[in-house]
Amino acid sequence: MVMKRALAILTILLIGYWIALALSHVPFGADKMLVGQYYLNHVKAQTGAVNAVTAVVVNYRGFDTLGEVTVLFIASTGVAALLWRKKRKRTAKTEGSVVLTTGSRLLFPFIVLFGGYIFIHGHLTPGGGFPGGATIATAFLMLYLAFSVYEIPHKGFEITEGLAGMGYVTVGLIGLAIGSYFLFDWIWQSWGWGHSNIGRLFSAGFIPVIYTIIGIKVGTELSGIVDSMVKEGGE
Amino acid sequence: MTSCVQCIEYLMVFIMIAAAVFAVEWRDLLAAVVGMAAVSLVASILFFFLQAPDVAMTEAAIGAAMSAAVFIFAIKRTQRYETEEEEKPGWWVRW
Repeated sequence: MVMKRALAILTILLIGYWIALALSHVPFGADKMLVGQYYLNHVKAQTGAVNAVTAVVVNYRGFDTLGEVTVLFIASTGVAALLWRKKRKRTAKTEGSVVLTTGSRLLFPFIVLFGGYIFIHGHLTPGGGFPGGATIATAFLMLYLAFSVYEIPHKGFEITEGLAGMGYVTVGLIGLAIGSYFLFDWIWQSWGWGHSNIGRLFSAGFIPVIYTIIGIKVGTELSGIVDSMVKEGGE
Repeated sequence: MTSCVQCIEYLMVFIMIAAAVFAVEWRDLLAAVVGMAAVSLVASILFFFLQAPDVAMTEAAIGAAMSAAVFIFAIKRTQRYETEEEEKPGWWVRW
């Protein structure tokens, strides 16, 4: 027991010493990120996006984003699988108050509109598919809280989610067919659309297309997670 | 003028730390979730001050709204109050 603990402490000290040794060569506070400056210098010419963060997320690191979307999909599937029951229904006993129901009925379209605005203008303003989708999901969460019998349209949401996931891969595969690699920006680089109006809505190649797809997918997926968390299975 | 903005930032960091401590310490789990959501909300405002509005939006939507809702649904399925455990490590261990 003591031996084991001593060995563990020794290992931690050794690893810590190595990490400290490696980090001691990095000058503190100096700007060593050359790739960041490269992105900032070339982002307009290469992608057409005004928002450099979006360009990095969707264009330069598009494959990572596909992985993130896949992780979210697996999480949603896992929640649904863990909480699966044959008969599931809403079990809320009390209806929401008048203020809650009226307010949510009034606010719902505006929240969805704001979420859509965030992901459609992802290449122009801060934000993108993930915040926009999460905002839309909070709108559906509000409906769940306000109305004791409300449920999302499951069939439509599942089909939309699947189509959005396939759409992302399809856009990437078209890039593979036209250009040279997966997620090649074919709208911007091959067709050359939107070169004259950088900073407007119809620019930046496939970034708005992919971010719209991601926004729809994240919104439907998080709404599905909320749905499977709220409903309880009857025995 | 800048010092005043800094005062607000210090106040927010203080609120954040206090809310985080309450979220750990409160026995009422529903109140603890509200404390956790308050941490996320103040963090989102701080992100906005630090000129990262995209991160602020994500933090407000995911941290303050969605994760708090998920925790509340989980509490609804289990129980609201934390029960006394057999062995209780002191606060210095839990921190």
